[in-house]
Amino acid sequence: MAGLELLSDQGYRVDGRRAGELRKIQARMGVFAQADGSAYIEQGNTKALAVVYGPHEIRGSRARALPDRALVNCQYSSATFSTGERKRRPHGDRKSCEMGLQLRQTFEAAILTQLHPRSQIDIYVQVLQADGGTYAACVNAATLAVLDAGIPMRDFVCACSAGFVDNTALADLSHVEEAAGGPQLALALLPASGQIALLEMDARLHEDHLEQVLEAAARAARDVHTLLDRVVRQHVREASILLGD
Amino acid sequence: MKETPLSNCERRFLLRAIEEKKRLDGRQTYDYRNIKISFGTDYGCCIVELGKTRVLGQVSCELVSPKLNRATEGILFFNLELSQMAAPAFEPGRQSDLLVKLNRLLERCLRNSKCIDTESLCVVAGEKVWQIRVDLHLLNHDGNIIDAASIAAIVALCHFRRPDVSVQGDEITLYTPEERDPVPLSIHHLPICVSFAFFQQGTYLLVDPNEREERVMDGLLVIAMNKHREICTIQSSGGIMLLKDQVLRCSKIAGVKVLEITELIQKALENDQKVRKEGGKFGFAESIASQRITAFKMEKAPIDTSDVEEKAEEIIAEAEPPSEVVSNPVLWTPGTAQIGEGLENSWGDLEDSAKEEEDEDGTDGAVILGSTKMDAGVEVSNIGSQDAPIVLSDSEEEEMIILEPDKNPKKIRTQTISAKQEKAPSKKPVKKRKKKKAAN
Repeated sequence: MAGLELLSDQGYRVDGRRAGELRKIQARMGVFAQADGSAYIEQGNTKALAVVYGPHEIRGSRARALPDRALVNCQYSSATFSTGERKRRPHGDRKSCEMGLQLRQTFEAAILTQLHPRSQIDIYVQVLQADGGTYAACVNAATLAVLDAGIPMRDFVCACSAGFVDNTALADLSHVEEAAGGPQLALALLPASGQIALLEMDARLHEDHLEQVLEAAARAARDVHTLLDRVVRQHVREASILLGD
Repeated sequence: MKETPLSNCERRFLLRAIEEKKRLDGRQTYDYRNIKISFGTDYGCCIVELGKTRVLGQVSCELVSPKLNRATEGILFFNLELSQMAAPAFEPGRQSDLLVKLNRLLERCLRNSKCIDTESLCVVAGEKVWQIRVDLHLLNHDGNIIDAASIAAIVALCHFRRPDVSVQGDEITLYTPEERDPVPLSIHHLPICVSFAFFQQGTYLLVDPNEREERVMDGLLVIAMNKHREICTIQSSGGIMLLKDQVLRCSKIAGVKVLEITELIQKALENDQKVRKEGGKFGFAESIASQRITAFKMEKAPIDTSDVEEKAEEIIAEAEPPSEVVSNPVLWTPGTAQIGEGLENSWGDLEDSAKEEEDEDGTDGAVILGSTKMDAGVEVSNIGSQDAPIVLSDSEEEEMIILEPDKNPKKIRTQTISAKQEKAPSKKPVKKRKKKKAAN
């Protein structure tokens, strides 16, 4: 992989995209009938499925119930066939736990939990194919699923990854670009207010370039928001046609 | 055991203090606590104290076969453990969320930033590589574990010396420390984590929160940087909503702090190196000896007290005098309570529980009350006129009875509850009196 050029002289990336271009996003809501909310998203080759149950009574210990808000419980699992090499443990390892915690943190901030005291909202995310940007795909899928479940949120939560190569910020990294070892940033944004719900960055990036990369990620997240908004409106239109409105 | 919850008044106090830019230990918003680094006798062992937070780091190495897809690179393994002695809330089963978060952050900070040259750890490609293992133990939790742990990890790695090894054809010779001096690891840069705590939905931020501040914070932003101002890791946690310029401002502050801490680390390493070379004594025992266990020494924090007097006078001048002035204070010796006619009841609980039972037979008590009421009233005023403080105790002495000897003898109902019958008149008249007082 050492000789692979992530950004060519003409400004094209490995898969032919430009620096700030996103991969093709296709999403669908209401995939499962029995869950309260579900969604499926494909970002390029990364495929993620999210399912939401809730708000319902707290399972397990009643002691965990919060008197003034709902408890958000997130679980992340990546299928054993999702990566190039077969994964032995789909969930329960440290990385999955961390992802679950981060998703929980993101959605606790975005969902209006004060409206459902003493209850629990479960969000389960499954990654079917991981080709870079798994956190972003999970967050986007979970947003759609929460909307499908009808749980009130402050705003969409849109996420995107970004990197930095040759003094240019790249948006929406694929697996090849991530594995190359350059800096990677994952950002979850509430588009209307511009507030950052989660920010995570790995590998060395000089401080002077931070603003550029943050800006690229924020712009990409806003583009994701436009697409997700379109998907939601389409879904509502279809549902209302079926209902005969 | 479960963590004791923080009381609301303490929470409010801390938040108000932060709004006025004051911290409990007198630090400024961007100040770190005192960092103290001490080394053990072995190479690769160190203890880092950030204020009272203490982390022990130990590095060890082993020759193993490499991972299949990384045949020419050594293996790095990090592990942080929250020892049960660090905080009462840390129990073997309970810590998972915090533990996962801290471990992942440390791993990302130290491994993904490539601070250690893993290619140099290779001995024979595809067969034998060094596995470096960094074990961190939290010994005391007073906030900001992640900073202390990252400093401990990087200091331990810098301090560590691995055995020298040479390869001749197929033979690998591992030299003991006596044969050849052990070799340090090749470290490119020193990534150090800086934590920022956010309060009141991101309005206020503090660097290096201590344990109390961590309990009331909304969220935490950790930025790991090295002295060349390269950001190694950013992690926001706790569900705070940040703005882009807040993140940029924090990264600038982190840059400054990291420079200071890196200097401190270099100095500590140099000192230790010097002591070892000169043949002086080194190790934990040495560094602890200067803080003699028989002497109780408290760390002094420098506080500016120049304007304390003026402020105190201001407060006194503006304060109102206390509402009640008691000229005849009644002193209670320990283990005493009193109940009786003409005296103030101090057996409040007993009173309340007995009140319900005795309320039923109210009628016959009324007759007794009639005759004793006036006396009781007089009693009270007499007590009030005495100048000396009255001392009440459990003494059996007859002289200690407060009731005046020339008073009319009262009808005293015998009580089975109290043993001291002469000093325990009927409860009921007293209660009735209280009720009448309340009615008035």
